[in-house]
Amino acid sequence: MATTTAPAPSQHGSGYGSGSLSFGAKLRAPGFYRAAWMMVLGVAFAFGLTWLVRMTTGHTTFKHYIDGEAILTVSLIAVPLLFLVGIGGFDYWFYWAAGRKTRPEDHSGHGAYSWRDYFRINTDHKVIGIQYTVSSFFFLLIGGLIAMLMRAELAAPGAQFVDANTYNGLFSVHASLLIFLFVIPVFAGLGNFVIPLMIGAPDMAFPRLNALSFWLLPVAGALMIGSFFAPGGAFADGWTAYAPLSTDAPVGQTFFSLAVQFAGASSIMTALNFLVTIITMRAPGMSFFRLPLLVWANFATSLLVVIATPFIAASQFFVLLDRALGFNFFNAAKGGDVLMYQHVFWFYSHPAVYIMMLPGFGIVSEVIAVKARKPIFGYRMMAFSLLAIVGLGFTVWAHHMFTSGMASWIRIPMAITTAIIAVPTGIKIFSWLATLWRGVLHLDTPMLFALGFLTTFTLGGISGVMLAMIPFDIHVSATYFIVAHIHYVLFGGSLMTIFAGVYYWFPKMTGRMYDERLGKWHFWTTFVFFNLTFGPMHILGLQGMPRRVEDYASKFASLNLAISIMSFALGLSTLIFLYNMVTSWRGGPIAVKNPWRGMTLEWQVSSPPPVFNFDKLPTVVGGPYEYGVPGAVHGTFAPGPTPATVGAAGPRQVAGSSE
Amino acid sequence: MFKQRPILVTAIAAVLAIVIGIVLSFVIHWFPVQASTQAHNTDRLYHVLVIVSIPIFVLVVSVILYCCWQFRMKPGEELKDGPPIHGNTRLEVVWTTIPAIILLALVSYSFVVLHDNEKKPTREIQVGVTGQQFAWTFQYPPSVTGGKPVESDQLYLPEGESVQFGLHSKDVIHAFWIPAFRLQEDVVPGITVHYRATPDRLGTYPIVCNLLCGLGHSLMRAQVHVVPEAKFKQWLKSREALAGSSASSSSSTAGSAG
Repeated sequence: MATTTAPAPSQHGSGYGSGSLSFGAKLRAPGFYRAAWMMVLGVAFAFGLTWLVRMTTGHTTFKHYIDGEAILTVSLIAVPLLFLVGIGGFDYWFYWAAGRKTRPEDHSGHGAYSWRDYFRINTDHKVIGIQYTVSSFFFLLIGGLIAMLMRAELAAPGAQFVDANTYNGLFSVHASLLIFLFVIPVFAGLGNFVIPLMIGAPDMAFPRLNALSFWLLPVAGALMIGSFFAPGGAFADGWTAYAPLSTDAPVGQTFFSLAVQFAGASSIMTALNFLVTIITMRAPGMSFFRLPLLVWANFATSLLVVIATPFIAASQFFVLLDRALGFNFFNAAKGGDVLMYQHVFWFYSHPAVYIMMLPGFGIVSEVIAVKARKPIFGYRMMAFSLLAIVGLGFTVWAHHMFTSGMASWIRIPMAITTAIIAVPTGIKIFSWLATLWRGVLHLDTPMLFALGFLTTFTLGGISGVMLAMIPFDIHVSATYFIVAHIHYVLFGGSLMTIFAGVYYWFPKMTGRMYDERLGKWHFWTTFVFFNLTFGPMHILGLQGMPRRVEDYASKFASLNLAISIMSFALGLSTLIFLYNMVTSWRGGPIAVKNPWRGMTLEWQVSSPPPVFNFDKLPTVVGGPYEYGVPGAVHGTFAPGPTPATVGAAGPRQVAGSSE
Repeated sequence: MFKQRPILVTAIAAVLAIVIGIVLSFVIHWFPVQASTQAHNTDRLYHVLVIVSIPIFVLVVSVILYCCWQFRMKPGEELKDGPPIHGNTRLEVVWTTIPAIILLALVSYSFVVLHDNEKKPTREIQVGVTGQQFAWTFQYPPSVTGGKPVESDQLYLPEGESVQFGLHSKDVIHAFWIPAFRLQEDVVPGITVHYRATPDRLGTYPIVCNLLCGLGHSLMRAQVHVVPEAKFKQWLKSREALAGSSASSSSSTAGSAG
């Protein structure tokens, strides 16, 4: 278990965990016990509010005052919020707002000394990073298992295992979990762990907000998975949840609409935190053009998140209002505009795909520079291309709507902007290739995943350029060609970079080395079976197989069977990763400070780092990738300011740092 | 030769891979049968896209494989670094402008195809398409039947004549896709969506609902019969007679309710 080197406090978890208290005290202290009774209170509140509102708005008998769906909808808002209040996510702000004396912050609650510290509100970005990463992988496993169920059903035409409603629920929850509870948060987690270290900061700008942002995720996950138990089954209209299908669906749909709000709030909080941290808390000498590209990538992603995410919140609020309060946003008969949902939804969901890829680009830059022992080729263009993708990413959303029936002229500028955005992306690919050229390549697991990413993401990008061509998209829209494209960029793209990052920073995060041989097995099985699973899907789509169907024409049977078998192999390959992670974390060889001989600041402190990251504040004197220059240094710990002495010019340092 | 001229060897392998890829692209049966004039244009566009993509992909993979072959760390090089090359402005300009030019060319070509596929012809018939959970029905107006309007759950179209579909939804969003025509559009409640097709091959082809519309989505199928003009007129007359003789218009086979 990751431990920190600061002295253990006398009562660790000060205020945020109820380890050794009496039962009564446990019920009052922030923690799961308090959360439990507060959640019950939430249900009571939902019941009471529903009764009151329905009684005063014209319902006649008391039987009508109670409506199951209404109570459930209010509960789905109140109960998660009260859970977060119960575990202490809002304590400091409530105390402050009420004018009460806040709990003195002696930072004894900072860091992790036992497994319990990972299951409470914890303000240490390194702990939060691990909380994010581990829980994201938990949701990867569930989303992946759902995929196995889907492929089992699709192995032969006809319905064998699940009925249509269940199948529709499966693919909807599969995508929603993997998008909102795996890819987006795992990048937030890796970034959370690494960014303060990389910029020479002792923590994030807003540690309490950081803690809250993590705990929103299990809430969102519980809602999504809980929808399977709702009357009528899980939400079953795809992760895209188009109206009016979603406005008329059973109550499981509300689980999705609200889960997205919680996950979106988490994402926005993290992005705000990243932006303020990166802008204000860089160590002396760390100019923007000396930032490692991982920091640039998360900076760009955070811009996308804060601007775009409110739009998916809006789209789900529209649906919720139509469902719960009889609004007519999407009721064509009452003047509603069905297409408006899609415009608002995709205005977020296109930038979302860049939110799901840009941090991965950052990871690849880190891994390739260190493993090729060369500076990243074209560093400035790499940074600018990230910003270009951010800007252009907001101009392409309606390429998801070429066949939507929207005004046909919109297709033209959208196709042009979609083609344009391929240029900065191509620049990145070529720059990574040029970084490899004449390097000294260490082909270990993180590097293999980065190279695998280059291959499969290029394929996904190529199919994306094809999809920008409107007449072609008109044929393959909503078919298995799209499913293939999605998975080439999200699995062959994002997931490969996530694996690269996890293996790369595993020693830093856990203090242990993973097993390299198992890592290579994991890479090769993943790479081979990934391509065998999703490659043929391109052909299925071209040939006429739509997506989101549990039954299909018999001429697609043999290809589907082959894909299903390959997908089971792909699923099994994840077990190699899991086994490696668990056994290495528990008993792998102890990791040194800098196993990869990297120059960025996270490798200049112990593995894992001290509780406040730097015993002495680093001063940055050069670029982050000066490999090949004898004597080049990125950051020094030579005579320079120490954390406690950085004054008014710098950010306010936390009291009680280990000086 | 392998060891002495690695770049040449790699270049030859890459050219071979490109040639094999392009040959395969002609051999692989990518699409279902072409049953509309639009299908020919779209298929040609796709094929051009594939042929342009192959060298790009081969280039990327060749560089990766070449680097893994030639620049892999050898025993004894554990502490060695590569040369501190930060960039090359000319190269960066080249790999920005060439893709931009390729993309401009492809997009322009795609717009030509789009225009050709969608331009309004001199003669055209109108056919209404109604999507509901989970069946399709088709409406032929008097301008087409020459008499009374005809409603049917079968879609018959005359070969060689442009048809403009007017899509209506009775409930949720569907999509009216005919893979053999390479054409689809969503069927949206509250608006009428149009697209045109010119069937140019006799035969029967699947119609697929291509947007998730509920429980019966995977079963929401129909067929389009492309027949000679004369047979089409004959069929219309027989449907008119059917409609005249029975009190209600033909019933549609609604699927199981959601």
